[in-house]
Amino acid sequence: MIETEGLKFAYPGSPEVLRGIDLKITDGEFVAIMGENGAGKTTLVKTFNGLLMPSAGTVRIDGVDTRDSSVAKLSRDVGLVFQNPDHQLFSETVREELAFSLRNFGYEEDTIDRRAASILETLDLARYAESSPFVLSGGERKRVALAAVLVWNPKHIILDEPTIGQDYQQKDRLRNFIIQLNAQGKTVIVITHDVEFVAECKPRIILLSRGLVIGDRSSEDILTDGALLDRASLTRPQIGALMHELKDRGLPERTIDVYSAEQAILRALGRKE
Amino acid sequence: MSFTYTGASKPSIEDISLGIASGEFVVLTGPSGCGKTTICRCLNGLIPNFYSGDFAGELTVDGMNVKEHTTAELASHVGMVFQNPENQLFSLSVERDVAFGPENLGLSREETRRRVDWALDVTGISHLKDKPPYELSGGQQQRAAIAAVLAMQPKVMILDEPTSFLDPKSALEILQVISELNQKLAITTILVEHRLDIVSTHANRVIVMDNGRVVLDGTPKDVYGEHARLIGIGLPRVTTLFNLLQRDGIQFPQTPIAVDEAADMLRKMLSR
Repeated sequence: MIETEGLKFAYPGSPEVLRGIDLKITDGEFVAIMGENGAGKTTLVKTFNGLLMPSAGTVRIDGVDTRDSSVAKLSRDVGLVFQNPDHQLFSETVREELAFSLRNFGYEEDTIDRRAASILETLDLARYAESSPFVLSGGERKRVALAAVLVWNPKHIILDEPTIGQDYQQKDRLRNFIIQLNAQGKTVIVITHDVEFVAECKPRIILLSRGLVIGDRSSEDILTDGALLDRASLTRPQIGALMHELKDRGLPERTIDVYSAEQAILRALGRKE
Repeated sequence: MSFTYTGASKPSIEDISLGIASGEFVVLTGPSGCGKTTICRCLNGLIPNFYSGDFAGELTVDGMNVKEHTTAELASHVGMVFQNPENQLFSLSVERDVAFGPENLGLSREETRRRVDWALDVTGISHLKDKPPYELSGGQQQRAAIAAVLAMQPKVMILDEPTSFLDPKSALEILQVISELNQKLAITTILVEHRLDIVSTHANRVIVMDNGRVVLDGTPKDVYGEHARLIGIGLPRVTTLFNLLQRDGIQFPQTPIAVDEAADMLRKMLSR
């Protein structure tokens, strides 16, 4: 469980980035944190693993106040994958990148090898095991950064803008992979601007704007609320926009994904014919 | 044109023959690792001048053979906006970053001033000019990176997924800016992008690469057919929806690539 109460945060000498956030994310939830550039999304999740401490209010992870813990301890349970993989990657090879943290946590070498191999396979990275992370493409480096966190099996996983630089097929894989992680009982929190990606996965959306939560509801609720989207500098996903345009023709406005739209249009046409 | 990086087992781009006319707005797309970034590096001379490897064939940009000119010489003709703005910004203020290029071109103080103000204005960050780039959000940084390139007033602008860090509204605004620059100033624009949804309405040509080769080259409509889907490029969601409906046996005059167009077609069918 991740809980915040009256959470405020300001960098020294700057205005508050988080201006009083009350949230409860229960174990095994799938949540997207969305909002405009500068809304405070990344700052918020950095308080979850203790990288940042609240200026006021509290953050509790599984009941423990982050002030009473440490980044080293919190990271074991809260795996944060950064937006920019270059802030995270430093090893000579992809395999080493994965082995590093496991060695720090005291795992045996054969366990490390087995876990690394399995994660690399799942994320379509096995062929790069012996490559330097820095010869890989931007999208591939992001997947290495994700693998390097998943390998120690944290209970809560936070992904900051995971779809940036990923092509269509990789996004599809990523979506399936996230759903699989979530099905295994992990809490998955994704920070993203990618309304198309969210419309296909339909997580709970926590909408931030200027350091406050302005919406906390289902994907169908948030992604079809024009006024709310506008405040957070988001747009309707394409399918949502299409259904919104056609609501006067009796199509359900709360439809945001391709397959539901297909069914709704078929029904509407069937009634007419 | 072909290029193989030193140490790589196969060419990253192979036997590419392309002509892009002045003033075109081209989207370059294809799956990860298909060679898009390598082509961009060739266009501004980073290949073969900085990246070592085996370069075969010829490439001229704005009349200059890239092999015979330095990257610095090419820089005033070809502007490059990278995926990650943090790799591009280095000064203590946004204004300094944007002024860096024009100053290095040896422009007068007034002309530099004029260009910096203009570039900050069209990218919507005039109010951030005194801020250090590291204090900006990712999206604001990308605007600053685009402003820095615009201030050079290049003939060709290459943008490698320039909106990926931006929230959707800002992304649309930036694309609008890019599109206007293309139309008003006739800057040849080459945009690398995975998310075809957001660029389809601006581009007049889409080049699709796969495995280092050009596999499709045409208008957005020409390209978004079955073949594009098969090699795994992401079609706009409305296009996917209409492909499904066509498979279900519903006939449409053509496959739409934008929401407005799709809505018009369906509205007609549903009012009958």
